[in-house]
Amino acid sequence: MSWLTQLFSRRRLYRELSEEIQAHIDEKIEELVADGMPWEEAKYAALREFGNTSLVEEKSREVWGWRLVEDFLSDIHYGLRTLLHNPVFTVVALLTISIGIAANTAVFSVVNSILLKPLHYPHAEELVALHQTAPGAEGLADFENGLLLSPSMYFTYAEQNRTFQSLGVWGTGTGNVTGLAEPEQVRTVGVSDGVLQTLSVPPVVGRWLLASDQVPRGPERVMLSYGYWQRRFGGSPTVVGQTIVLDSRSREIVGVMPEGFQFVDADFDVIVPLALDRGNAILAGFGFHGIARLKPGATIPDGNADIARMLPIWMDSWTNGPGSNPHIYETWKITPMIRPLKQEVIGNVSELLWVVMGTIGVVMLIACANVTNLLLVRVEARQQELAVRAALGAGWTRIVRGLLVESAMLGLMGGLVGIGLAYAGVRFLVATGPSNLPRLGEISLDARTLSFAFVLSVLSSLMFGLVPALKYAGPWSKSALRSEGRTTSATRERHRARNLLVVGQVAMALVLLASAGLMIRTFEALRTVDPGFADPQHLQLVRISIPDSLVTEPERVTHLQNEIVDKLAAIQGVRSAGFVSEMPMEGFDSMWDEIFAQDKVYADNTTAPMRLYKYMSPGLLQTAGTRLVAGREMTWGEIYRLRPVVMISESLAREMWGTPSAAIGMRVREFPKMPWHEVIGVVQDVREKGVQETAPEIVYWPPFKENLFGPGPAQAMRTVTFAIRSDRAGTEGFLNEVHQAVWSVNSNLPLASVRIMQDVYDKSMARASFTLVMLGIAATMALALGIIGIYGVMSYTVSQRQREIGVRLALGAQRGHVLQMVLQQGTKLALAGVAIGIGAGLGLTRLMTHLLFGVTAHDPLTFAAVSSLLILVALLACYIPARRAIRVDPVVALRYE
Amino acid sequence: MSKTSQRDLFPGALEMMILRTLKRQPLHGYALAQHIKRTSDDLLQIEEGSLYPALQRLLKQDLVKAEWGTSSTNRRVRIYKLTPAGAKHLQHEVSSFERMLEGITRVLAPGES
Repeated sequence: MSWLTQLFSRRRLYRELSEEIQAHIDEKIEELVADGMPWEEAKYAALREFGNTSLVEEKSREVWGWRLVEDFLSDIHYGLRTLLHNPVFTVVALLTISIGIAANTAVFSVVNSILLKPLHYPHAEELVALHQTAPGAEGLADFENGLLLSPSMYFTYAEQNRTFQSLGVWGTGTGNVTGLAEPEQVRTVGVSDGVLQTLSVPPVVGRWLLASDQVPRGPERVMLSYGYWQRRFGGSPTVVGQTIVLDSRSREIVGVMPEGFQFVDADFDVIVPLALDRGNAILAGFGFHGIARLKPGATIPDGNADIARMLPIWMDSWTNGPGSNPHIYETWKITPMIRPLKQEVIGNVSELLWVVMGTIGVVMLIACANVTNLLLVRVEARQQELAVRAALGAGWTRIVRGLLVESAMLGLMGGLVGIGLAYAGVRFLVATGPSNLPRLGEISLDARTLSFAFVLSVLSSLMFGLVPALKYAGPWSKSALRSEGRTTSATRERHRARNLLVVGQVAMALVLLASAGLMIRTFEALRTVDPGFADPQHLQLVRISIPDSLVTEPERVTHLQNEIVDKLAAIQGVRSAGFVSEMPMEGFDSMWDEIFAQDKVYADNTTAPMRLYKYMSPGLLQTAGTRLVAGREMTWGEIYRLRPVVMISESLAREMWGTPSAAIGMRVREFPKMPWHEVIGVVQDVREKGVQETAPEIVYWPPFKENLFGPGPAQAMRTVTFAIRSDRAGTEGFLNEVHQAVWSVNSNLPLASVRIMQDVYDKSMARASFTLVMLGIAATMALALGIIGIYGVMSYTVSQRQREIGVRLALGAQRGHVLQMVLQQGTKLALAGVAIGIGAGLGLTRLMTHLLFGVTAHDPLTFAAVSSLLILVALLACYIPARRAIRVDPVVALRYE
Repeated sequence: MSKTSQRDLFPGALEMMILRTLKRQPLHGYALAQHIKRTSDDLLQIEEGSLYPALQRLLKQDLVKAEWGTSSTNRRVRIYKLTPAGAKHLQHEVSSFERMLEGITRVLAPGES
């Protein structure tokens, strides 16, 4: 610390030193005068005896070792002065740097929060998702979710594993809460024993659901999310022990999860026990997500091997009922593909985010190139000043350091402003970002992001500081004192660095423009895909669930749904209404089953390809705008009479029978023991999983149908999405009428997921549009910076050549010829940049192949378009200074300076 | 400075002489310079100014300390004084200097080796 106080008291010390030296000299003079020497002579003698006073002072100061600090301070002082002296340069450079740093910091904070930071669970690195694939299960194998776990798998894995501390299965759903206020649909998460233990986040109030809460048909207990607890119970600590009526059954609340707790990637209100019944479990029923915590030291390959070991045990231990062959699943080739839970949460955005980070990094490079250019121009203008300083004894290291300090100040100030801008940008992003971006709420500027911004500022300062410093102030530079003679015109060598920078900028801008162009083409391609429904803007959706505690009779459920459809259709301005188990792209876990055709032969007669299936009401096709390709729709009469009819998608019809019309009259069924259903209609293919995914083969069952699980009453689909076609869709008045219509049928029914189809559609395109927006911003910045770069260099070159041009004009050169000469120079640079950019772009855009749709990574049209755009813009950027040059009066140009 | 006949002192010599002088009595800069000049009978060509960096070095190493006072000519001056550490350092320096001098003398002595 003492050196610090010394540093601050040094002014006093120096003053004292000067005073002391002055006293010394005075005393000497006095003595000499006393000896009889004239005063004037005595003064010189004293000074001579003493030596160089300022050198003595400087040497005395040096003793204290502050020279470095002081030089540095004076460099800063000097740098500040020069920056303030050139406000236009400073503002332009600062803006360029700070925008670049802001963009990079904002994107990095997103990358950091989503991809780099661990999940908010204790020892999150041990958590894994029990993912598995079934490449042999036709139909199912194409989809990303893979094969979910069946209850019997859960029992086997939980009891027989050797590599997991804990393990469980879970799934999301919805439930109706009544008795609190208006009936409300809540988001539920069903958990088996082991799930909460795996996540290891202790409850904020009460306790976890335990094994004793998982008894089938036992007492029913639930946990609440923090948000639901606050919303419905005002955060009351006495909530534990109270009851809540969920799906018309009263359940005891045993605990509340803490604020910010997210269930993997799901938001939820209530956690309910799955209470899986071991006695009823069969092999099938692949409907749950598996989650586990690895034992310390165990790796993911260990876990995979462990599950692969347990799969035969599972097939030996369970059955699908008498007469079925449990080993048919061998043909499915079920393969464990455990992945870190983080990967499960992040999903497929990591590639997208890295692409965005890369492009925005390129923008930073372009920005640095621009600032380097500005600095080069400035240093060149200051060459004489630097030469004078060198001649006055400043070492070249000192001069280089001075220049570096100046650029570091620019960089750091830019960084500071940039962080401020990034903060605003991140706030904006969190507020408006695509809701399917995982962990969006966690995005913030943390210490790591701030250090990133700092390092970025320092690195970019070095980048744009070193080039001019070394070029003009290095020991090898020709820092002659020679004046800028009237005759000198720019030499080739002097422009090399700047020309190289411009070529690089154009090349980088081209790469970014090409990637943005590819995204535009992707987006266009997505827009032109027929999703299998029409005019989503005027299609209102609401989801309604009718629990068996409210209406026990299945047939009554269908009647109720039918009544709701009729009431909805009767609302003024409604053209039609219908319902379906889920609309395309809604994102609920799909239902899959093996579908057999009567006229086909299947291996060992017990297994058939998995197909996605739905339940659909009459009128839905017309409402959604989905075409009927062949045959007819089913009628309500057929549904109530349990007529064995079915509709299938066009792709399934073509796959099985060649043409849609050939499918009419054919018969299909689910399990070997189920009755055959006759195909009465073929429906247009629907992009069920999003526009980018191919349309799956789909089977549409009637919403009221014989019991899947053996003898018993027929079953109804209790949770369905109602679709209403109306021009008033989405308006508040309309939604009120929809509520009234539903409640006029049954006042206990809550409406959930109230939205228009357009939102669902947009959300499925959110990834593409987010990428497009981000790359668009990056490319626009690159283009703008590139133009500024070319323009800057060209106008500087022209101003340097003004005398030469003046001479040429005076000697009778044609103005057009001179214009052409200047344009040629700019065009050469632009063409070189474009050529390099095309080469680099063809290599780099391949990295974004997975983000593209309907266009290849080296789409010639895109590359041709952006190349011409860049050349055109470059020409324009050259034309303006060139025109200025030929407008000059030769006399003025020659007299200039 | 430009006197070519002058031989530079070896590093530390000036400091040693300052310490030795201050050992007798505390002095201010000017008096110190005059004393060293006088006692060396002007054999050593010392620029008076060179005293000050040396004094700063000694101050920094805590071998001397300085206080503002009044000189005999009634001038505000800084009076330097030997510290205990300075006394110890002087002793050490002198003995090692003497050893060095003895060595040089032996080598320079005629007739041997």
